[in-house]
Order: sequence, then structure tokens, then C-alpha cells
Amino acid sequence: MDVSLIQSFINLIAVLLLALGIKGLSKVRSAKEANRLAAFAMFLSIIGLLTYYLGKPGEGITQQSWLWIIIGTLVGSLFGAILAKRVPMTSMPETVALFNGCGGMSSLLVAIGVIFFQRNETFIQDISILISIFVGSITFSGSIIAMAKLQGWLSTPSWTQSKIRHLINISIAIISLVAFLNLIQSVNTSTIWLLVISSTVLGIGVTLPIGGADMPVVISLLNSYSGIAAAAAGFVVGSQLLIVAGAMVGAAGLILTQVMCKGMNRSLVSVLFGGTLSSQSKKLDSGGEYTNITSCSAEECALTLEAANKVIIVPGYGLAVAQAQHTLREVAKILEQNDIDVSYAIHPVAGRMPGHMNVLLAEADVPYEQLKEMDNINPDFPATDVVLVLGANDVVNPQAKSDQNSPLYGMPVLDVQEARTVFVIKRGMSAGYSGIKNDLFDLPNTSMVFGDAKQVLSEIMTELKELGVGAK
Amino acid sequence: MDFAQAFWVLLLGSLLGLELIGKVPPTLHTPLMSGANAVSGITMLAALTLIITAKNNLPLLIIGSISLGFALFNVVGGFVVTDRMLAMFNRKPSKKLK
Repeated sequence: MDVSLIQSFINLIAVLLLALGIKGLSKVRSAKEANRLAAFAMFLSIIGLLTYYLGKPGEGITQQSWLWIIIGTLVGSLFGAILAKRVPMTSMPETVALFNGCGGMSSLLVAIGVIFFQRNETFIQDISILISIFVGSITFSGSIIAMAKLQGWLSTPSWTQSKIRHLINISIAIISLVAFLNLIQSVNTSTIWLLVISSTVLGIGVTLPIGGADMPVVISLLNSYSGIAAAAAGFVVGSQLLIVAGAMVGAAGLILTQVMCKGMNRSLVSVLFGGTLSSQSKKLDSGGEYTNITSCSAEECALTLEAANKVIIVPGYGLAVAQAQHTLREVAKILEQNDIDVSYAIHPVAGRMPGHMNVLLAEADVPYEQLKEMDNINPDFPATDVVLVLGANDVVNPQAKSDQNSPLYGMPVLDVQEARTVFVIKRGMSAGYSGIKNDLFDLPNTSMVFGDAKQVLSEIMTELKELGVGAK
Repeated sequence: MDFAQAFWVLLLGSLLGLELIGKVPPTLHTPLMSGANAVSGITMLAALTLIITAKNNLPLLIIGSISLGFALFNVVGGFVVTDRMLAMFNRKPSKKLK
């Protein structure tokens, strides 16, 4: 049988399994198997490719090629596996960003290799190479910047919040475009490097001004880009499988980006071009001072908790930063032993990425059934005795529903103010990432417990134990 | 592979991607993103092709090998990390049975 026929057949199965894998990843029950299925499909695609070249008369794979294949495979897989095994769950977003950037880099390198050494001078291949270089560079530099910002290695420089950055970015974009158009007409080395450098700088320039909390949207978008870069690389080397898989990831990434934007009530345009939300809201007079702040100690908080029947916990970004999810689980366990009903209200964008909070809580052994989504738990708040807000801010701001002039207006929020008592555990009075005053803190049924989430929780735990809660 | 054919493949692949993940529970957004990210490392096939067709061109072999390394870093790391995230969800039902 013809080897190209065998390869086509293997590729067909691989595409089918990849599609089933991505589809299965969107359901809790099948997600784990689906992920392995997708991994197997990727392995199968390599087998298909090797079979083709080994079996095709006059082709074969030289010993030298094997050597370089093995080196690349070993080094890449080993580092990938080690990093993936070791990284803590709280750093998931930046890890995904790093992996994503490397995917972009790979497409970029393929394009560079082909344009310098293997160009067949067809119009289609040239265009695909240029797209692959452009999108690959942006994906790489953008992802690395995103990772650095999430890790806290980079802050948002203040000059990037002024209008000048649009001018700079547009100029760089124009340089890229000119280089691109020039290369379509005639390929020369210096223009290729101009395109590589200008699109790399463009990736940095676009990502740098974006606020840390908007990063997940950017990563999701860059993930979509790396799919596009892969599809372009597929055109370059003439692989249908690459084109399908790349296009699939590109499209799926776009959908996910949209879902994330919706959860934060932000449009993609304002995420990409608006700068951080706090710099926008400074102009709006949304603030005003807090007039009626009540603060209390961990001891009072523990006393109220002990007397409660129903407690809802609202975890947020601050919980993830303080790595307090395990302590939180301990506190919840003690309360449960005292027959207090405990559940967790998960806002769609809680944590640093949609779904990130669920992963963090699952890591701390929180039962899956106790995690409630926003729409399911909002009706429960009026019948709740105590709400613990841990490091969440904007997602519990009643302004989003009451104040039409608020920049938050329209964002879906948790109606915690409906509960009898609300405790907000927070390090200080600083605003959430939106930079907007939180009306919740001023309400008479809200008390602030100042301190690091982890420390406050362990104090509460000590107090609860002293009160004899959970001892029986 | 002619252009029209490749373009059809691109079009159908995009439509498939748009349809595949219509409804996803928020719980799975991060794992899904990470899994999809691993799949985008499929560009490893392009890197492999580059190495195999490079014959004895050393610079091309090296570029291809680095590219393959980056792609597999993405693929292997991406799948392992997704597996770790999902393992946490799967642990729940078995604990409940006890």
C-alpha cells in the first residue's frame, strides 16, 4: 500500500481523536480521559509522519536527522515534564503562558528555517511563512511578558498608561506591515529580521500596558494566536493535519477569550486598548471616601461563625496569593463538624483565570458539591447567616447592580450584602483591581477583618478550637 | 496539496473549533485552555518535517531541532499540567464513596 495513503489514514484518526479530546475536555466527567486521548492523538500524528518518510521510496530519514530529532525531543519533553510536575497550582496561569510562548517560538523557527533554506518561491508559501513569523513572534514575546507580569517580575510601567503608547504601537505595527509587504515582493535577509524584530516588539508593546488581572484574557488570546501560527506553519510545510489542528485551537481559543471577557464585563477591545481599569476610573469620579467602616478581630469573627447555621465562603484572587486554600479547608471542616452548612460561592472569574479557583480549592480537598456557581448561589444569600469574603473585592461590589454610573455597572456580582453578616478578610483598604470603592464595606452588616488571609484564617481556627467547636 | 484544498481544510478546521466548545462549565476553563494550548504544539510536526527534509544542511538541522524542542516543551508540559489539574477533580467522587 502507498505510504502516503497510510499517513492520510493515521492523520484522519488523529484529527478525529483531537476533536473528541477537545470536546471531552469541556465536560467534567470525561475531561481527564479526553486530555489523554488528545495526547495520544499527538503521538499518533508523529508516528504517521515518521511512517511516511520511512516508507516513501527515495526519502528515508538520515542518521544525522535522527540524531537531531532525538536531541530536540529529549530536551524539550524532559524540561516540559519536569516543569509541569513541579510548578505549584497557584502559578498555573503563568505556566500556561510560558508553554504557549514556546509554541509560538517553534512556529517562528520553522518559518525562519524554511525561508532561509527551503523556500520553493511559491506565493502561498511565502505568505504563510510571513504570517507564521509575524504571529509566532507576537505570541512568543507577548506570552513571555504575560508570564513575567503574572510572576510579579514586571510591573506595569506608568508611561504605558498614557496615550503615547498607542502612537508607539501603531508605528511599530506600520513598520511590521511595511516589512511584510516588502517581503511579499522580494525576500531579503535584512527585511526578514526587521519583520521578526518589529513583531516581537509589537507583542511586548501590546501586552505590557495590560493590567495583571486582565492577563488571563490576554493569555487565552495568545493561545488562540499560537493556533493560528501553527496553522500557518501547516501551510508552510504542506501539512493538512497541522492546518486543521491549528485552526481548531485558534477558533476554540477565541471562544474561550470571549467567555472570559463576558465574565468580567469587559470587551476585548477595552482589555487590549484600554490599559488597566484603574487608570480609566481615575477620571471618573466613582470614588468618594468610606464613611462607615467597621473592623473587628478574628475572635469576634469566630464567635459569629460558631453561632451560624449557614456559612458561604467567597474566595478570590487574594486567597490564591496568600495560598490560604488549605487553611480555609481546615476552618470549613471544623464548622462542618459542628453541623454548620458550608458552601463556596465561585464567581466565574474568581482566582486568576476562569476555573482557577475551582482547581485551587480542589487541590485543598474541598468537596466538588460544595462549590456553587454564581447563578445557583445568589438566591441563597438572604437565608445565610455569615458570608466570609476572602480576598475578593470587585465581584462582591453591590455598585455593579445599583449604580448606573459605576464602571462596574452590569458586571455579574455575588449578592453577599443580602446575608445577615458579612466578614471581609482583607489586607487593607486598597481598592480591587478596578480601583473602585466597594460600597459593600460601608454597609452596616459588613465587618472588615484586616490581615493576611492565611494568618487571619489560622487565628479564626485557633479561636474556634478554643470555643470547643468541632471538638466532639 | 494545492491552495484551494488547504484553504478548505483551514475553513473546516476553524468551524469545527468554534463548534467544539460551545458550552463549558467555568470549572473547566483553565484546564481546557491548557489542553488546547498543548494541542497548539502540533507545530512539532512542522519541526520534524524540517529536520527530516534538511538532509545534511547543519544550520537547518539545528534550527529544526530547537524548534522541535520548543514544540515538545509545549506539548508534553501542557498535557502533564492539564492532567494534574484534572486529577484534582477526579479525586472527589472516590472520596465520597468511602
